[in-house]
Amino acid sequence: MEIDPFIFRLSIFILSIFIGYYVVWSVTPSLHTPLMSVTNAISSVIIVGAIIAGLAGNSEAIFNSSSIFGFLAISLAAINIFGGFLVTQRMLAMYKKKKKDK
Amino acid sequence: MLSANLSAIFYLISGVLFILALRGLSSPETSRQGNFFGILGMIIAITVTFLSIGNFSTGFAIVLIFLLIGGLIGAFIAYKIPMTAMPELVAGFHSLVGLAAVFVAIAAFLNPEAFNLGSQGNIKLGSLIEMSIGAAVGAITFSGSIIAFLKLQGIMSGSPITFKGQHPLNALILISIIVIIYLLCSTQSSNLFWILLAISFLIGFLLIIPIGGADMPVVISMLNSYSGWAAAGIGFTLENTALIITGALVGSSGAILSYIMCKGMNRSFFNVILGGFGATEQSSSSQNKEQRPVKNGNADDAAFLMKNASSVIIVPGYGMAVAQAQHALREMVDTLKKNDIKVSYAIHPVAGRMPGHMNVLLAEANVPYDEVFELEEINNDFANADVAFVIGANDVTNPVAKTDPQSPIYGMPVLDVEKCKSVLFVKRSLSPGYAGIDNDLFYKENTLMLFADAKKMTEDITKNL
Repeated sequence: MEIDPFIFRLSIFILSIFIGYYVVWSVTPSLHTPLMSVTNAISSVIIVGAIIAGLAGNSEAIFNSSSIFGFLAISLAAINIFGGFLVTQRMLAMYKKKKKDK
Repeated sequence: MLSANLSAIFYLISGVLFILALRGLSSPETSRQGNFFGILGMIIAITVTFLSIGNFSTGFAIVLIFLLIGGLIGAFIAYKIPMTAMPELVAGFHSLVGLAAVFVAIAAFLNPEAFNLGSQGNIKLGSLIEMSIGAAVGAITFSGSIIAFLKLQGIMSGSPITFKGQHPLNALILISIIVIIYLLCSTQSSNLFWILLAISFLIGFLLIIPIGGADMPVVISMLNSYSGWAAAGIGFTLENTALIITGALVGSSGAILSYIMCKGMNRSFFNVILGGFGATEQSSSSQNKEQRPVKNGNADDAAFLMKNASSVIIVPGYGMAVAQAQHALREMVDTLKKNDIKVSYAIHPVAGRMPGHMNVLLAEANVPYDEVFELEEINNDFANADVAFVIGANDVTNPVAKTDPQSPIYGMPVLDVEKCKSVLFVKRSLSPGYAGIDNDLFYKENTLMLFADAKKMTEDITKNL
């Protein structure tokens, strides 16, 4: 009997939780705020679903009830992607080491 | 048009890049590169999605327009937002992830053909389960984050809102969510789908209102985690590896942060989530409040003490963020350093309103990160330091947490500020902190209270140095 593809996805999911567990424990506490803003940005990769939904309408009816939700979700996710990465960058740029004693 | 296998490989690559983005945060030096990996992963994911659909018609232009609108708004916010408003911003962003998850789930429910999930009214069972879980968690994330945002922004009072029967009501709603998902999967009724969304929005709202302002670090981390699980749920529906990996990463990240925050307060996760902390304690402590003498000082006294010290430890808290005193503080420290006084900063895990809040503010004020220490790293140094300068912190310095088993904060790890030769306490009044308990430190022989706005007082001290 063939293995259901769901099982593969579940494996990826479970293993990723473990990766996340170890990776996040190694994040230095002083960078916990950038961690939150960058996780915000990357979880907005949900935009791929929004794009699929937005492009699902045919050329005669670009706007149907489903694609409108897709378009709105694209904008919401885009706010997060741009906002999240840029604000993270802005924060990280501020973390400086002590200047060498003169 | 990209083949399904090829695009799956690209999604995997972008998932790996997201892992590297988080990995980079293990130290400030590698973090900027990490952020770049994250951006690269996102560009790959979006490009591959376009290529795999391969339909560059009018719809494509509209997608770009919506993408651009969102992008511009996001970029604008990212550049304008003051660093002190970071907790609100993160809460706001969480709500958007939640809402986007809900919208994608709705789109998939209304047009399952577009996602290869079957046809309307006959959606594959597995997909429907994943979709409804994603939608429900997304809705909870959305409304919960909105409440967190309003509380942090001060639009809504930060004090816990509790009412009779709150917990049974919440339990009832949570059970009904499970029942509705079950019914939805067996009947495919669209009405049930809308009801599911409505009550999920409601429970998100109800879950956060009883949680007080200073517990926000836990709440924000928890909502961070939820937004990840919502994304993962949608990832299963869309059979998209990038989304599944990211969802799992973000989900566990938020969970770990919540755990760290709870540990920082020595409270269980459920104790925080059930809420109402502070409100009840306040009334009990006000009864046995006695008038005890405190030593009241001014900027001149403080400057004198610090000038004669050889090492100073600064303990910042939420009050520093409120007063926006971080820049004034750094100027004061610069002056101290010019006088060959050793200065370091001690950060309690739950100082501020979100994990790492104080670190960002100090970084903004150009404080080098290698002068900033976590509780475990610096706690032994207080005994050897001459002056502890507590600015806007309170409960996290309260020695009662070590001595009085009756105290609500007993067992919470605290900074051993009282071991310093002298303690300077910048505070607006003697009022108790969030936990509603008196701080013994105020009445200690070697404590000097500086009653003033944190920023004003710090500036005055600098002038007197």
